[in-house]
Amino acid sequence: MMSEVQFRFRDDDPVSDPAVTVDAFAEQTNATAVRVEPGDDARELLPHLDRLRLIEVNFPAFTDGRGYSSARVLREAGFDGEIRAVGEVTIDMLSHMRRCGIDAFAPEKALNEADAQAAFDRWADVYQATADGRQPIWAKRHPA
Amino acid sequence: MKILTGNDLKSGAVVWWDGQGWSLHVDDAIDVADQGAQLIAREEGAQNVFAAYVVDGEKTAEGVRPAHIKERIRALGPTVRPDLTLKPADPAALNWVI
Amino acid sequence: MYKYDNYDQQMVDTRVEEFRDQVRRRLTGELSEEQFRPLRLQNGLYLQLHAYMLRVAVPYGTLSSAQMRMLGDIADKYDRGYGHFTTRQNIQYNWIKLEETPQILADLASVEMHAIQTSGNCIRNISSDQYAGAAADELIDPRPYAELLRQWSSFHPEFLTLPRKFKIAVIASDTDRAAMRLHDIGIQMVRNDAGEIGARFYVGGGMGRTPMIGPMVREFVPLDQLITYSEACLRVYNRYGRRDNKYKARIKILVHELGKDEYTRQVEEEFQHLLSQGIEPPIAELERIKQYFVDPAFETGLSDELDLSDPDFRLWVERNTEAHKQAGYVIATVSLKPVGGIPGDATADQIRLMADLARDYSFDELRVTHAQNIVFPHVKKADLYTLWQKLDAAELSTANLDTIGDIIACPGLDYCSLANARSIPIAQKISERFVAKQEEIGEMKLKISGCINACGHHHAGHIGILGVDRKGKENYQLLLGGSEGADTSLGQITGPGFDEDGIVDAVEKATEVYLAKREGDERFLDTYRRIGMAPFKEALYG
Repeated sequence: MMSEVQFRFRDDDPVSDPAVTVDAFAEQTNATAVRVEPGDDARELLPHLDRLRLIEVNFPAFTDGRGYSSARVLREAGFDGEIRAVGEVTIDMLSHMRRCGIDAFAPEKALNEADAQAAFDRWADVYQATADGRQPIWAKRHPA
Repeated sequence: MKILTGNDLKSGAVVWWDGQGWSLHVDDAIDVADQGAQLIAREEGAQNVFAAYVVDGEKTAEGVRPAHIKERIRALGPTVRPDLTLKPADPAALNWVI
Repeated sequence: MYKYDNYDQQMVDTRVEEFRDQVRRRLTGELSEEQFRPLRLQNGLYLQLHAYMLRVAVPYGTLSSAQMRMLGDIADKYDRGYGHFTTRQNIQYNWIKLEETPQILADLASVEMHAIQTSGNCIRNISSDQYAGAAADELIDPRPYAELLRQWSSFHPEFLTLPRKFKIAVIASDTDRAAMRLHDIGIQMVRNDAGEIGARFYVGGGMGRTPMIGPMVREFVPLDQLITYSEACLRVYNRYGRRDNKYKARIKILVHELGKDEYTRQVEEEFQHLLSQGIEPPIAELERIKQYFVDPAFETGLSDELDLSDPDFRLWVERNTEAHKQAGYVIATVSLKPVGGIPGDATADQIRLMADLARDYSFDELRVTHAQNIVFPHVKKADLYTLWQKLDAAELSTANLDTIGDIIACPGLDYCSLANARSIPIAQKISERFVAKQEEIGEMKLKISGCINACGHHHAGHIGILGVDRKGKENYQLLLGGSEGADTSLGQITGPGFDEDGIVDAVEKATEVYLAKREGDERFLDTYRRIGMAPFKEALYG
């Protein structure tokens, strides 16, 4: 089942290539989109990032946080294509997902637009450095 | 008997199904027989209560007594603070729990 | 102590607004209880036996008097006039209303406090040595490092839905007063051969149903890599910790199943990668934090003399005070364990009184201990008698620190929805039974948990008591030989359990064996370690 992308923070054209599993991706050398499940090792994709346009990260439940690490691992390795959160994506996960490098959101159940916007805009500052490019509070306290 | 309990959404207070609504007093609890699951779905759906479940109890001369000590403590209040229980003036209440 | 800047204040204020919005969505039905539960837990809001319970963070156990006063006011305004200090240096309120919670959080934020991540499967409040900054035996003050970790762990986007909860403790002396090796990560600040300060990491300790003492995974992490190394430890856990079984989800199981060496290898690999990611705050940030932890303006040249002619005062001084690093000062502990009382509970009036006394006699500072007591860290010896008199008038002068009366007990079945048996009544009966023998028995760490989750640290008690449910009746197992100091060990179960009165008798028999067999100035724990379990079993079951 494909859910629609409800929020996207990218200027390039949306990718609609069908995502294959990480296992299948190893054999299908022409695939350009892959779906990472919580139990998958995102590091297996690192040698192939240049031919990937879209990586979907599945969040089957609010309480399974492995997808956040997967997204960061991919961004830290330099992946600059679309990372799309799919599955049980809810309002209160949005800002954390953004921070971990996810830049497109296709929730199983469409989210209330106003609540989602409030969640994306909520944190004016952040304590940690991640690959999202935001300057953490400690860097603002000590400008170079 | 089967009695239905849960917590009031806003206050968190322990409540018991009395046939019409939710009571703070376990003595008001009625036997829900096999209607528990249906009542839970309806009442939780209407946001009247949350964390509802069915427990065993018995009707005694003194009133309704849940079978397990945990539910009796829920029904009365903390045994170590009689002043904060539903029966602060009743020294026999603690014996009912234990 | 640490003061928020505009950034810190804005972070807690934003969290208040976020939670206010979450409560609104819960009350309108937009969020189901199942969806709301992990959100409320990350704000310390539980559903307990009688109502919602709110756990408020006391970062590394340090409070100002204004903060302490607010804790008393919250107890009056939103609860039933009391609060309960916990084994992780926090405070919890037992009778909270969901609708009022956002306002409580706003009140807390007005004194730089919060309930962020005091529950849930995330990095919890960082705990520390209750005598930090005052103890004569510490290398340095561990709290700046705990504060650095607090900021890093607050709303860390990658680590809010870990396999299970995650507890970190930071200490800086060889005497471990924070049960450091029984934490998911235990950090001891140390000095290396080159004279530099760094962090020694122990990972995979914990209590609960599978108690483990954390092994050391790195002897020395330089200060400019502290956050990066912590992040590596957490990332390996978030990716590979077990999620198939809640009882096997703590990091101690991962470390145990992988083996310490393999876990360490994976962390080192992740660490090497993360070093290139620029996630470490500059040393200047640590220096900025450190400024808030400089010593208060101690007077110098003070006398260490104390007039001990009042015998009650003398006993309290012997029992409840500890050497201070500064001449003429002392560390004084208020026992929240009155005979027959509820361990860790304090009334709103007592909380406010302690706030006033800290303002007047302890440079505005208090500490919460993991043994559920309150510390005045910097008391001038010349003020000690006056302080004691004021405590005595408020029934806060119980002289029983580290004795059999100073019991750690979880809330148990009187309050907790997870408990199988009541803990508090056992503590009350033991403290009453032994009040006359307390001094004869000497140092004794007695700890009671009402279920296997071990919030009352029963594994780490010289005498431990574990409440279980036996066919619908409360039953209590006895453990001997646990410890959580520098000589951390796990207690062993003596044998079949006892009922409520039986367990108090069993404790008495165990202490009688000790009194009969002890040599010289052995503590109970020393005698147990020397003679083993057999004589105790004989007395209990023979």
